[in-house]
Amino acid sequence: MQTIFERTPTLKDCPTHYCPGCGHGIAHRLISEVIDELDITSRTIGIAPVGCAVLAYNYLDVDMIEVAHGRAPAVATGMKRVHPDKIIFSYQGDGDLASIGAGEILHAVHRAEHITVIFINNAVYGMTGGQMAPTTVEKQITQTTPRGRDHNNEGFPLQVSEILAVMPGTIYVERCSVSNPGQVRHTKKSIKHAFELQMKNAPGLSLVEILSPCPTYWRMSPSQAMEWIEEVMVKSFPLCCLKDLSQS
Amino acid sequence: MSEKILMCGNEAMAEAAIRAGMDAYFGYPITPQNEVTAYMARRMPEEGRVFVQSESEIAAINMVFGASAVGARTMTSSSSPGISLMQEGISYLAGARLPAVVVNIMRGGPGLGNIAPSQSDYFQATRGGGHGDYRTIVLAPASVQELVEMMYLAFDLADLYRVTVVILGDGFLGQMMEPVDLDKRPAPRDLPVKDWALTGADGRKQNIVRSLWLQDGVLEEINLELQATYRQIEANEVLCEHYGTEDADFVLVSYGIMSRIVRSAVRKARCEGIKAGWIRPITLWPFPYEQINAVADEPRIFLTVEMSYGQMLDDVKLAVAGKCPVLFYGRAGGAVPTVEEVLGQIKKLAVPVA
Repeated sequence: MQTIFERTPTLKDCPTHYCPGCGHGIAHRLISEVIDELDITSRTIGIAPVGCAVLAYNYLDVDMIEVAHGRAPAVATGMKRVHPDKIIFSYQGDGDLASIGAGEILHAVHRAEHITVIFINNAVYGMTGGQMAPTTVEKQITQTTPRGRDHNNEGFPLQVSEILAVMPGTIYVERCSVSNPGQVRHTKKSIKHAFELQMKNAPGLSLVEILSPCPTYWRMSPSQAMEWIEEVMVKSFPLCCLKDLSQS
Repeated sequence: MSEKILMCGNEAMAEAAIRAGMDAYFGYPITPQNEVTAYMARRMPEEGRVFVQSESEIAAINMVFGASAVGARTMTSSSSPGISLMQEGISYLAGARLPAVVVNIMRGGPGLGNIAPSQSDYFQATRGGGHGDYRTIVLAPASVQELVEMMYLAFDLADLYRVTVVILGDGFLGQMMEPVDLDKRPAPRDLPVKDWALTGADGRKQNIVRSLWLQDGVLEEINLELQATYRQIEANEVLCEHYGTEDADFVLVSYGIMSRIVRSAVRKARCEGIKAGWIRPITLWPFPYEQINAVADEPRIFLTVEMSYGQMLDDVKLAVAGKCPVLFYGRAGGAVPTVEEVLGQIKKLAVPVA
C-alpha cells in the first residue's frame, strides 16, 4: 500500500485542546509542514502567546517559549539579536498582537527585526470567553458588545496589517484565511514565503495574518463560521498581499 | 598591581557587566541611570555583542526574557518608575526560571517623583515586586568599587540559581565618581550548563520555557521547587558587615549609600565616648536576619536609618524579634539624612533618662 498523505513530523501526534471547528489546528499544521519542508526544525524557536494558543508548544515539536500577553515581538527581538542564525517566529492572536501588544509589534517593525509573525485574527478573545477584540467587526455580538460592536462607542475594527505594511520595517505582509481549501493552500505558501525571507536574512519583519474561525464565540456551526469569514469578515479585513518587497 | 581609574558608578557598572561576560543589554532612557545605556550603546557593538534601545521598560525586560531564554547573559537597567513597569517581566522570569540581572538606580517616588537619590524601592525589590510567590536576590552596593564587584557576582548568582538578581543602587551611587579597580572581582562560581536554553532542537528533544501550569497540583510542585531554591540562597548567600557591635549600646542599621553616612556618624559618636556600632546588610534578600538577631542577644537599642520612611525597618524588627527596641530615622523624596542629623539621633538616645 502506498502512503499518499501523512502527518508532518513537527506536528505532534496528539489531540489538541481546541474547540471543534477552530482554525488554530489548521494554522499549526501549516506551520509544521513549512518547518519540515524547509528543514529548519533544529534551528527554529517558536513563541506561544497568551490566549487559546498558549499551549502551542504541546503541538509543535520545536524549541518554544511562552511569554507575557502581547510581548512576543519584544521577546523575539531578544532571541533573534542574540542568535541571528536561528529562525524565530511568534504566533499571536488578535487580542495579543492588536490590543495589549500593539506597542511591541509596532516597534519590532519599527526596528525592522528579522523575525516572522503569524497573526491569527479570529475577531474575539477566545481564551477568556469571547470578549470584543480590536478586530471585532462592526455589529458583531461578543460578551462585551452584547448589542453588537457600535463604532460610536467601541470604535472601528483595527487593521493592524495595513498599518504595519506602510512601515519601512516590514518586508512582507499578507492577509490570508483558512476558510476554504484553496485559501488554506495559499496560506501555507504565504507562511513558507515568510519563513524563507527570514532564512535569507531579508531586511525586515514578515507577517502573515490569518483570518481564522472561532465557531464557539461566534455562536455558529463550524461551516457557518467559514462562511462568515468569507461573507462578513473579509469586508473589514480584505484578503490580499499588502506588501512584498522581495518581489521588487 | 592593577590600576585604579576614576569613573562614575553608572559607567563603572556598565564596564563591569561587559567584563562579566554579558552578551546582551536592553534599556530604555530614564534618569539617573542614562549613563549606563549610553555606555552600553558605545561599548557593546565594539565587543560584537547586543545592544538594543527598547521602546519601553516593558519591552526591555521582555527582550531580557528572550535573550535569557536562548542562553545569553543579559541585563537591563532602569530607575524606580521604570522598574515598576518591569515587574510583570520579572515575575515571568521567576516563573520560567530564567536568569537575569536588573539594576535599579533608585530615585524619589511615589509616581514620577523626582530624579534625586532615594531608597524607597526596598519593599518592591525584596518582596519580589510582581505577582506570585517569588524572590529576587538583592545586592546593595555602597561604593563604585562595590558596584563593579557586585556585577560579577550578580551574573554568577543569576546563572547559578536561575533567578533575577537586582542591584539596588541609588542616584548618588550612579552619578558619583570614585577611584575603581575594574579587575577586582569575586572568585567565579562553578556554574551549571544551560541545558534548558532554547537553541534549536538539534539532536535533542524539544526545550520549552514556560510559566503556565494548568494541571492539578503541578503549579504547587513548581512553587515548592522555587521555594527550595530560595532556601538554598538564604543558607548560602547572605552578606553583611558590621563594626563595633561587640560593645555597642546603640546599633545603627543601614544599607547602600546611607551606610556610609551612618559610618561617619558612628565614628563621631565613638570620638565623643558614645558606644555606637553599625550593621550593614549587603544582601537585602537574603536578609541577614541571623546576624542581626545575634547582635540583639545583648540589651541594645537598634536604630535603622534609611532614605525612605521605614522599609528595611520591618526586616530589622523581624531580625531583632522583640529582643531589643528598634527605632527609625529616615528622610526621602530627595532628602538625605546628614552625618550631623544621624549623630543627633544617636546623641538623643545616649542622653541618660533623668
